[in-house]
Amino acid sequence: MIDIRTISSPTELEDIKKQVQAALKSGCTRILVCGGTGCMANGAADVFAALHAELEKRNIPIRIDILEESEKDAVRLGYSGCPGFCQVGPIVRVFPADFFLTRVKPEDAPEIVEETILNGRPVERLLFKDASGKVYTTRDEIPFYADQVNVVLAECGIIEPGDIREYIAYDGYRALAEAVFGLSPEAVITEVTESGLRGRGGGGFPTGRKWALTQKVQSSKKYIICNADEGDPGAFMDESIMEGNPHALLEGMTIAGYAIGADEGYIYVRAEYPLAIQRLRAAISQARAAGLLGQRILGSAFSFDIHIKEGAGAFVCGEETALISSIEGQRGMPRPKPPFPAQEGLWGKPTVVNNVETFANVPKIILNGADWFRRFGVDKSPGTKVFALTGAVNNTGLIEVPMGTTLGDVVFKIGGGIRGGKKFKAVQIGGPSGGCLTTEHLDLPLDYDSLKAAGAMVGSGGLVVMDESNCMVEIARFFMQFTQKESCGKCVLCREGTKRMLEILEKITTGQGTLEDINLLEELALAVRDGSLCGLGKTAPNPVLSTLRYFRDEYLAHVVDHVCPAGACQAFQTYRINPDKCIGCGLCLRKCPVNAITGEKKKPHVIDASVCIKCGACREACRFDAVEV
Amino acid sequence: MNKNEGFVIVDGVKTPIDGKKNLLEVIRASGVDLPTFCYNSELSVYGACRMCVVEIEGRGIQGACSTPPEDGMVIHTNTPSTLRVRRMALELLLANHHGDCQTCDKNMRCKLQDLARRFGIKNVRFQQPKQHVPIEDSNPSIVRDPNKCILCGDCVRMCKEIQGIGVLDFAGRGSDARVTPAFGKELRQVECIYCGQCASVCPTGALTIKSSIDVVWNAIHDPKKVVVAQVAPAVRSAVALEYGIQGGEQALGKVVAALRRIGFDKVYDTSFAADLTTVEEATEFLTRLERGEKLPQFTSCCPAWVKFAEQFYPNYLSNLSSCKSPQQMFGSLAKKFLPERLGISREDLFVVSIMPCTAKKFEAQRPEFTVEGIPDVDAVLTTQELIMMIDQAGLKVAELPTDSMDLPFGFKTGAGIIFGASGGVAEAVLRMATAGDNGSKQLTEFQEVRGLQGIKEASVTIGDREVKLAVVNGLANARQLLEKLRSGEVYYDIVEIMACRGGCIGGGGQPIPNDMETREKRKEIIYDCDAIQSIHNAAENPYVKETYAKILQKPNSSIAHKLLHTDYRSRRRIAGETVRLTDAKSDVKTPVSVCIGTNCYLRGSYDTLKKLTELARDAGVADKLEFKATFCLENCRKSPNVQVGSTIFGGITPDKAEEFFNETIRPIVESNPVESKE
Repeated sequence: MIDIRTISSPTELEDIKKQVQAALKSGCTRILVCGGTGCMANGAADVFAALHAELEKRNIPIRIDILEESEKDAVRLGYSGCPGFCQVGPIVRVFPADFFLTRVKPEDAPEIVEETILNGRPVERLLFKDASGKVYTTRDEIPFYADQVNVVLAECGIIEPGDIREYIAYDGYRALAEAVFGLSPEAVITEVTESGLRGRGGGGFPTGRKWALTQKVQSSKKYIICNADEGDPGAFMDESIMEGNPHALLEGMTIAGYAIGADEGYIYVRAEYPLAIQRLRAAISQARAAGLLGQRILGSAFSFDIHIKEGAGAFVCGEETALISSIEGQRGMPRPKPPFPAQEGLWGKPTVVNNVETFANVPKIILNGADWFRRFGVDKSPGTKVFALTGAVNNTGLIEVPMGTTLGDVVFKIGGGIRGGKKFKAVQIGGPSGGCLTTEHLDLPLDYDSLKAAGAMVGSGGLVVMDESNCMVEIARFFMQFTQKESCGKCVLCREGTKRMLEILEKITTGQGTLEDINLLEELALAVRDGSLCGLGKTAPNPVLSTLRYFRDEYLAHVVDHVCPAGACQAFQTYRINPDKCIGCGLCLRKCPVNAITGEKKKPHVIDASVCIKCGACREACRFDAVEV
Repeated sequence: MNKNEGFVIVDGVKTPIDGKKNLLEVIRASGVDLPTFCYNSELSVYGACRMCVVEIEGRGIQGACSTPPEDGMVIHTNTPSTLRVRRMALELLLANHHGDCQTCDKNMRCKLQDLARRFGIKNVRFQQPKQHVPIEDSNPSIVRDPNKCILCGDCVRMCKEIQGIGVLDFAGRGSDARVTPAFGKELRQVECIYCGQCASVCPTGALTIKSSIDVVWNAIHDPKKVVVAQVAPAVRSAVALEYGIQGGEQALGKVVAALRRIGFDKVYDTSFAADLTTVEEATEFLTRLERGEKLPQFTSCCPAWVKFAEQFYPNYLSNLSSCKSPQQMFGSLAKKFLPERLGISREDLFVVSIMPCTAKKFEAQRPEFTVEGIPDVDAVLTTQELIMMIDQAGLKVAELPTDSMDLPFGFKTGAGIIFGASGGVAEAVLRMATAGDNGSKQLTEFQEVRGLQGIKEASVTIGDREVKLAVVNGLANARQLLEKLRSGEVYYDIVEIMACRGGCIGGGGQPIPNDMETREKRKEIIYDCDAIQSIHNAAENPYVKETYAKILQKPNSSIAHKLLHTDYRSRRRIAGETVRLTDAKSDVKTPVSVCIGTNCYLRGSYDTLKKLTELARDAGVADKLEFKATFCLENCRKSPNVQVGSTIFGGITPDKAEEFFNETIRPIVESNPVESKE
């Protein structure tokens, strides 16, 4: 049992690291159940409980803590952070063999314990199989992971997120020690600047430059703020980092504090991430107890503490000035910039606001150097980026790739291509603020500048893949609905403009749109983009502008031809019964909630289109596939 | 080079920055009138309306109001993008705007109307909203129409930053956002002081002044009524500018002519009443100074300040001067003595005061200013309404022959006129207080109290004492000063507090624009009017002297107290429920108030109340006592509390009730003989 009291020097830290490393290498069996939100929602907790129960049944000693050499018979059972391959969760990994078990159910527990724990063999049917049927035993072999490079996510999925000692074993807090004891604040900033790290929240602003600007301002009080609001629907990059390796964030913030001269930091986490908040609180508590946060860190003269401030359901509070207003207890509305937070931020003091992923990169940069970081990615966008790959691909999940990886590689190599054998149509990148990329962009490298040139943006990392059955107008409407609801209401253009754009998109997708509507939509979009006060408003029209640019024909089809080419918009669907397939069983007739179907027994039935509400109940009910849309 | 020096290029023209704090001011100074809704140079920058966007080379489209100028910036004010933004913003606002311009109070004076016209908005391509939010019209001074609000936030910032209250704020998000008092309440249910500054800055018809024009027309057209007007000092400064007439007194003379043509029977000057106020207040002050009690003395002629004090600083209520405001002193005198003088009955006299102030409408309705069912002041017209009424009568003011006011209430000294500007009341009082046998001091003696700044200080010798005074305008400034007073950080003997910026000349009822530049001009006019008078010391006003000789006997006499003084009530916390704090020994029953706020209640105050009423009945003095159950006497540490008269006694638990009754209440009752009404 390795206990940590206050660590009061870098040497002590090094000692502990060696101790824990030794213990981890001891070769004892370890089971890690993925405790990321996705797998938990899929029943990972039940899997955990089942494994626990099974081990108990077999009288195998279970330990939660790091095992000592002497406990070779025991099994260490715990949760890890998100290993990324959400498509195949719940995931269970068994060490030291590093078996990667997928789609595990509680019923599988006895077999896992029998085969793997007691006999060292993987359960074949739970291993990952690709489309051709090839089976993969360990994680690194799996194609989903083969093209990834894990820098930020390296420890997620391996370490126990609630245990600071494991973080230390993987060189945790060594960067902080080096910075505080071996580098001047200016040197830290130089290292970060030379690494070329750019803001991973979407802005892509050079992190080193932001720190330098803030450091230069004379003030007795400065702040570090971590923007962990992650409001993009479907984005969970920051969530996974906070749940899987919270200490990386804390260390990164503390190093930043040292660099700019701040002694206080805030993590603004959205309230919808209770697990992340829990893990962060625990991590902060442990770090304080270990002397790695708070007064006189590691026995130095540097003090830095971190508070957690929970959000309250506002996407707009992901905008830095609105976020700052929220922390100050005011209405979460953005403020005009200038002044920028670097000059006048939280409570009017110089403040650095950075994203979770940005901070999580910092310790590795300090440890390994700017040159090491530049080995990944491309010249103007070095490093890696975590993406949330979702939508119509075979392999959805969390991925980390070097900047500059092409879109095609992401979708087809890592994503495993479009599921159901359908055709790739487009990718929405950057969530509600982003634009779409199409087949002409499959060779486009995913980096800040290339994407900007194509009218899109890296954004926070959300990637939604779409196939031929997705309607691009509907996609634009979907994102506009989100942005409109989240608009804070301060400036006219966003408040009213998004509302009116949504109205028009709704008109179009319900079959009432006209050509004038498309022109008005475009005019609105440009005005809102140019005139809005903050990033929310400025980027809200992106999905519209982007889909208009690449899929204008779809818009035209809706308003001129009154057809939805993708067949997705309900208003354009007509339900009819194929008389060749219908046997007149009458099941659909009985299911129809509006009595739109008529017909005699054993004779083909007919749907009255004027009554039909397109609910699809008949189609679901028909056993003969006779209802067509 | 200093950040605020150097040049920028505006549309190709080299323009000096000249110390301006933002691009908007630089551009406007160069002759380009960049439009705005939400920008106000006296409030914080909000940046919401987006009308002032410009294109800055290398930086894209930015709001000019929030961008500090930098030497070398290249700016384009009229690009396709900026024009599109402005037009779309206007179109979007119009799409949400209810109401016809023709029937709107702000017709022809509305910024939205003006800019829509300027930018040629011919078509609103969006559907108008179907829902209509009810108009709030339940308080005496301000009308709130949320359907016309464009959410510029100026009223919010004005109320919060300048008045230190924050009655209005944003609620709801996105297109549900609206400006409203807390919890959707009405202005009269929250701490609004009716100063009207919100209406002064509102660019549309969302906040307007409640009109009394028709009430006045009705009175004028009523053959039985004799309608008299009193015109406030600050009004003349505004009408001089409005009609382009040189000199406040000249402008006043034309307005008098107009008023007579409209049908007013007599026209008097509130400045006369202000002279009276000066005499009463200065005497009161000198007495307090001598006795060293109830200092600092606060002026009480600003009804918005009085309500502010009642709400937020009830502990200072006994420091307020007990003098009524000039408006009310006039009303009181007029209703008491004019009917006989004019040969009419009291009911047929109709007093209209013409004020720069919206809070005066509220003041006129205060119950203590209604005597035997008849208010001392029947209607209040703001300067804006006066101008409108003159317009309705079709009168061209500048072309009317100049006229003069009626006596005796139309004669004033310069001291009465300067009440209109911040520092004026203080100066008027000082002129009288420092007038020794050598005559009055030079007018230039009191320079330090003049001017538009928020807080001014001065010290003056009165007799053998050094008197410290402060002059405040804007209630956020007042709060600051009061907190410092409370903590002992500063001390003053007398403090003049005016709610509106610059004093009454900046009042909520004054014509718009009501900006710094206009107020500066009005201020100059006021002091010019003062300078031209032959008498500057209120005490030397012969008609004031006559009033004392014939009616009031002497300053602060008991009849003066009855007619010209008042008291105040704490309005803290509970709306509608008041606790009377009365000092005066009166011919009414002794009030006994038992606090039944939570703290006192839990300690048995309700039983105390029951016991006391029983004891009073048994002792046969129940008809001499007025028992009340009241909320929160704010003495929670010593609960349960009972207030007798104006003194609060703590710790009166039910078991102590009898002792308290016999030792405290009974002696008071017995020393305050009241006619038994049995």
